[in-house]
Amino acid sequence: MQHRPEVPAVEILWITAGLGCDGDSISFTAATQPTIEDLLRGAIPGLPEVTLRHPVLAFQTGEEFLLPFHQAALGKLDKPFVLVVEGSIPNENNKEAGYWAALGTDPATGQPITTCEWIDRLVPHAWAVVACGTCATYGGIHAMQGNPTGCMGLADYLGWDWRSSADIPLVCVPGCPVQPDNFMEVVVYLLNQAAGKYPMIPLDQQLRPTWLFGNTVHEGCDRGGYYEQADFAGHHEAGSPKCIVKLGCWGPVVQCNVGKRGWMNGIGGCPNVGGVCIGCTMPGFPDKFMPFLEEPPGAQLSTTAVVMYGKTVRALRSFTRASLNREPEWRQTKNGSTSHPLETETQLSGR
Amino acid sequence: MSWDPITRIVGSLGIYTKIDFAARRVAECYSTSSIFRGYSVFMKGKDPRDAHFITSRICGICGDNHATCACYAQNMAFGIQPPPLAEWIINLGEAAEYMFDHNLYQDNLVGVDFCEQMVRQTNPSVLARAERTPAPHAGLHGYRTIADIMRSLNPFEGGFYLKCLEMSRLTREMFCLMEGRHVHPSTLYPGGVGTVPSVQLFNDYLVRLLKYVEFMKRVVPLHDDLFDFFYEALPGYEEVGRRRILLGCWGSFNDPEACTYKYETMADWGRKMYVTPGVVVDGKLVTTSLLDINLGLRICLGSSFYDDWQHTEPFVTQDPLGNPIDKRHPWNQTTTPRPQKRDFNGRYTWVMSPRWHDSRTGENLALDTGGGPLARLWTTALAQQVDIGYVKSTGTSVKIYLPKTVKLPEVELEWKIPRWSNTLERDRARTYFQAYAAAAALYFLERALECLHAGKLETSVDYSVPSDAIGCGFHEAVRGVLSHHVVIRDGKIANYHPYPPTCWNASPRDSAGIPGPYEDAVQNTPLFEENDADHFKGIDILRTVRSFDPCLPCGVHMYLGPGQELSVQHNPRFGAPRPADAGG
Repeated sequence: MQHRPEVPAVEILWITAGLGCDGDSISFTAATQPTIEDLLRGAIPGLPEVTLRHPVLAFQTGEEFLLPFHQAALGKLDKPFVLVVEGSIPNENNKEAGYWAALGTDPATGQPITTCEWIDRLVPHAWAVVACGTCATYGGIHAMQGNPTGCMGLADYLGWDWRSSADIPLVCVPGCPVQPDNFMEVVVYLLNQAAGKYPMIPLDQQLRPTWLFGNTVHEGCDRGGYYEQADFAGHHEAGSPKCIVKLGCWGPVVQCNVGKRGWMNGIGGCPNVGGVCIGCTMPGFPDKFMPFLEEPPGAQLSTTAVVMYGKTVRALRSFTRASLNREPEWRQTKNGSTSHPLETETQLSGR
Repeated sequence: MSWDPITRIVGSLGIYTKIDFAARRVAECYSTSSIFRGYSVFMKGKDPRDAHFITSRICGICGDNHATCACYAQNMAFGIQPPPLAEWIINLGEAAEYMFDHNLYQDNLVGVDFCEQMVRQTNPSVLARAERTPAPHAGLHGYRTIADIMRSLNPFEGGFYLKCLEMSRLTREMFCLMEGRHVHPSTLYPGGVGTVPSVQLFNDYLVRLLKYVEFMKRVVPLHDDLFDFFYEALPGYEEVGRRRILLGCWGSFNDPEACTYKYETMADWGRKMYVTPGVVVDGKLVTTSLLDINLGLRICLGSSFYDDWQHTEPFVTQDPLGNPIDKRHPWNQTTTPRPQKRDFNGRYTWVMSPRWHDSRTGENLALDTGGGPLARLWTTALAQQVDIGYVKSTGTSVKIYLPKTVKLPEVELEWKIPRWSNTLERDRARTYFQAYAAAAALYFLERALECLHAGKLETSVDYSVPSDAIGCGFHEAVRGVLSHHVVIRDGKIANYHPYPPTCWNASPRDSAGIPGPYEDAVQNTPLFEENDADHFKGIDILRTVRSFDPCLPCGVHMYLGPGQELSVQHNPRFGAPRPADAGG
């Protein structure tokens, strides 16, 4: 039985004006569960009606596009809104003048309105705030050591215990970019929550949805079997199906579901298809994973430890496999070569 | 009245124009970007092997083009050459990127500017005419009138709009098969790829590719009908977004038999690329040499928020052939950001002004990319280098052969060099290049399968990082020229400068006062919109900016206040001549 949602309609206000690349927006258009167009056209019954205000997809442009953002900043939007932030948040206080990131122009001064100002004005009124992608969650690439903008993730900017007007913590969906259906699932979860159908979104200490980031890449990697057998690809062997931990893969300790889920429709991914995991969903990304193409220090220990066991079981399994690759001996045309002729005939005549 | 941000592009760029409503022209235009991230700053001191992982994050729609270009530069710096199968896999991945990105951009972003909902608001009489105009290729694409095509482009409703979203996912799956993840690939490395070659891999790609090939047989005639209609319905529309023919293309798709990544022979192996590099000035092919292209690069300041680097020590004074390297070359650039108030009389953007030094005349040319496809097709057509069965350059055109598919017979499409470098031709070229990429992919697939069946399965080579080296990579990002320049010292990155296409297209007035391509193309554009100043949408300007396929965080400001009259052009804020040394 379909119930009317508690919240009949929601706006999604999406800001891409952090220090990012818009890759998470593009990723969102790759989602298939459901697709963006199906979401907006009411693919899932019982959810609030969704209006998406997104700079990459909007029909409107300029001030016409920004109007709902201005209204929301004043608390005058007539519907609850989810604010999605993409890109890291610069420190606008580390310089004398100018701006690092901005969206729109202040008519009073003719100067750009900084992304920080937008966030400061919008978050007090938001029903929920979602940081989309690793830049927005934890800072990501643009917050790398030596960066001039002093940028950071939204959790650092707002405070890790920040809560929205509906008492929802900041929701962080990391990934560089975000895995398309991971993000779609979070949006759909929040809409279900707004509808009164789902409980509070479950988040871990880093504010990530637990069902997406509870496991390591390694735990879901289809190359884990090679690891267990201590069969590791060397540098000239990129392109082999072996475990690539010695090429620099951080999968054993990185919390991410992409190795198992694939990138889109189960296709692609990272170590499962030959790309080292560079830890792009983690708060320590990128600095704690660099240089990316060197074996992680911890892996040197664990891969050494697994060698004796791995090589032994690999040898034993090769014997077993050789046996299993041979059919039972009675499957041949020689006279009298059959498993149990009388029993078979009895069974047949009995029917 | 102002428009900020420009939507339906990737990133943030601003264009500030003054409109002369009496003459229905754009009088002046300034291009500004609202975001600075500082790649060249924070990459210093990092491991050179990390460059492709880092630079992929420059762009969220064509990050893989950066990763690929960075790998090309790494290969040169490390002195390595990937095995052939790796190159075919990269070519297949990059072809899928063109197929995806142009598809999404053309019909889900640009297409909205031509949709019924938009044309109804901006040019009702054009829509009325479209209702009466039968589509010449209705038999192929299934839309009876031009207005039917326009309706099919309405966002989130039109059938063709929705189909394009779907195809954008199919092509991204193709991409992920080859490069792991979209948009920041996981399986690209210096010296090759981690992708596991197999019969299954290539079959998975092929079945998807053939669906796209069939799709293209409908899409190309659909766009021809739509764009031809605009010329017919609005005489003079060829002037919209028109600028001097100054096109650059840095070449795409390496031929593994030719490409050694050695700097010294770059001109030769560059010409073997399956999209020919080159510079076209006033319709003439000036060069097809990557060496000439490299030596001619100049990064100018003038209107950008940076300090000049003229006082710094150059990193590279000579190339490996002994040619002098200019102080303004990316190898020698030092990026020092200087955030400040935006001032359209002085500095107004985070974008610098890349130019190409024409050694014949001594001019620093503000080349544009034509949004990518226009320059790629133009140079390739003139150069007569490409002839691979599926694609043939004739000197005046590019022929694209698409084989029989489930519902449609084989076809040969022909893109002919147009008379203008303008808005509609940038958009038309995009559609043809989608077909080009699909046809080229059919060829790459055949070559990859040859390697596979011959047991040549290697996809990577081992390497070590030299303590001192230089490298450069040349590629075509989806929206045009892309170069990466690296200097390695003590085994670390000492200098790294990527130059994406939008830096060329969105560049501001340089130190010589020469406007960048958006500025130049928008300035003097006639306006065909039927609305008066109070209801002005700026559709002709927006179509022009979007025709370049911008990929910067960006917005457009159109100044329509007191500047509606020509006389106001002398307003000192906009009209004052720019001091030649403003960038200082």
